Amino acid sequence: MATGNGNRKSPSNAVKIILVIVAVVFLISWISKATTGMADSTWLNIRDGFLITFAAFLTLSIFSFLYNDNPFYKFAEHLYVGVSAAYWMCLGFWSIIVGNFVPHASKTLSTFFKVPFQEYSWFYYVAFAFGVILLMRLLPKAGWIARWPLAVIIGTTAGFNLSRYLHSDFMSQVGNTFQPLFVDWQGAGHFFSNLSLAADGQLVMSAGNWIVVVGVLCGLVYFFFSKEHKGMFGAASRLGIWILMITFGASFGYTVMGRISLLVGRITFLFDDWLSIL
Amino acid sequence: MTFHERMITLDRRWIFLTLAVFVIIPFFLEFDIPVTVSKEVRDIYDFIEGLEAGDYILVGIDYDPNAMAELHPMSYAIIKQCFAKKLKVITLTLSQYGAGMAEQVVRDVADSTRIYHGFEPVYGEDYVFLGYRPYYAFVILGMGRDFRIPFPQDYYGTDLDSLPMMRGIRNYDQVECVIDMNGGTVADAWVSYGNGRYNVKLAFGLTGVMAADFYPFYQSGQIFGLMGGMKGAAEYEQLVDKPGPAKEAMKMQVFAHIVIIVFIGMANIGFFLGRRSRTKAGEVL
Repeated sequence: MATGNGNRKSPSNAVKIILVIVAVVFLISWISKATTGMADSTWLNIRDGFLITFAAFLTLSIFSFLYNDNPFYKFAEHLYVGVSAAYWMCLGFWSIIVGNFVPHASKTLSTFFKVPFQEYSWFYYVAFAFGVILLMRLLPKAGWIARWPLAVIIGTTAGFNLSRYLHSDFMSQVGNTFQPLFVDWQGAGHFFSNLSLAADGQLVMSAGNWIVVVGVLCGLVYFFFSKEHKGMFGAASRLGIWILMITFGASFGYTVMGRISLLVGRITFLFDDWLSIL
Repeated sequence: MTFHERMITLDRRWIFLTLAVFVIIPFFLEFDIPVTVSKEVRDIYDFIEGLEAGDYILVGIDYDPNAMAELHPMSYAIIKQCFAKKLKVITLTLSQYGAGMAEQVVRDVADSTRIYHGFEPVYGEDYVFLGYRPYYAFVILGMGRDFRIPFPQDYYGTDLDSLPMMRGIRNYDQVECVIDMNGGTVADAWVSYGNGRYNVKLAFGLTGVMAADFYPFYQSGQIFGLMGGMKGAAEYEQLVDKPGPAKEAMKMQVFAHIVIIVFIGMANIGFFLGRRSRTKAGEVL
């Protein structure tokens, strides 16, 4: 068991050689990008060359995980986490503390941060105090007081989300399952004489509404567990699971397309922006 | 090891390698993939085409760099169309990593509009970038009362009332529609608060992963259009007659999907052959 840096193994010669090769390749890339850059000044070309080369290095480092875990991947992963955390913290300070709190808290601070002072509001001081109290979690003896703002956050979020989902994801969606099963019905004669497979035709639109209504009902039956799934009820339940599977299949198909899009995006960057061979 | 056992125990790295090769090959081949425009994408295009010059439109660029490959082409295509129609474009981002990308899109499209349409959109008169504010739900609700509540200043620190195009605009009532390019949970909030609370006419450009979940909102009329993933972006590029990275990426998509279908087929064949041989072995025993 390793007990400290003294027991850590030094990298093997093979690893050292790989590191040197990678460093040389990316140094050549940097020089090449810097000398062929289109920016107005040499300094900008050197900077842009470094950024593109470093971005390519990080992309390849992340891709290297597909082969196996390795130090390049670990470096890229840790860098990403660190930079993201720092970026978010800075953004939080400037957008929440400076952007929201300062303009309502102090004219002096507003002048200092160059944001227009709006008006004093006690509400912002309460929010600020809650924010400070939330940080009390860092103190073991006063940690309990952090539950108060946490309770406010949870209560507010629950209240907001309840009304939000009730309206948009429940009422509107349920209301929309009440569809006419025979769209624009004017009798069988009219239906057959105007039979068409057009997307906005009577047949296709009616069939679509049937699928929605039957799909919703059968999907609900599948999740109804107070009655044994046998007979007609069982058949509806089986149809419900088929509907669910088709839905999951559609989602999976879209997911595959999304993931391939990310791959295409990165490969385009490597071949176009970095290697300039497209 | 039998053939079917090899098929289902294939080292995944071979799959990654094959996929990479088949995604790279089309880069060097000259061919075109026909793109059929779907109704949900055309609805967005038709709506924007139906607007008058000078109408206001709000474009949300609410995604992180990880969704850039799919959503950036949509943002470019939409804003190009808006500038070509001489609409007043308000852009903002509700994603904490989105500000840089949003600014890039608006700046690039403004430059290209000057080149291709001979008309130079002027910042503050034809378009404005409000920047980023945290807590998207409250920002969306706040803009319903007044844009100045969440955004007293634009991204560059200019007071909104100092910008000519923002003087005549107070809230969503003066905006014809919101087109939101979205790679996260902000889309839910736009439906719930933007459309649900303020009846904003809403359309989405979404990542492929999210698109299937939002079709019910399109079907219910809560959103009037939907672009799903890179395919949606390619369709829109085709509609605005500006083939771009999404249309180009359809070549790689086709190759990649064929490879994935082949591997799924191989795994299933391997699975069923294996099950049959195990059943036979069971019968013998």
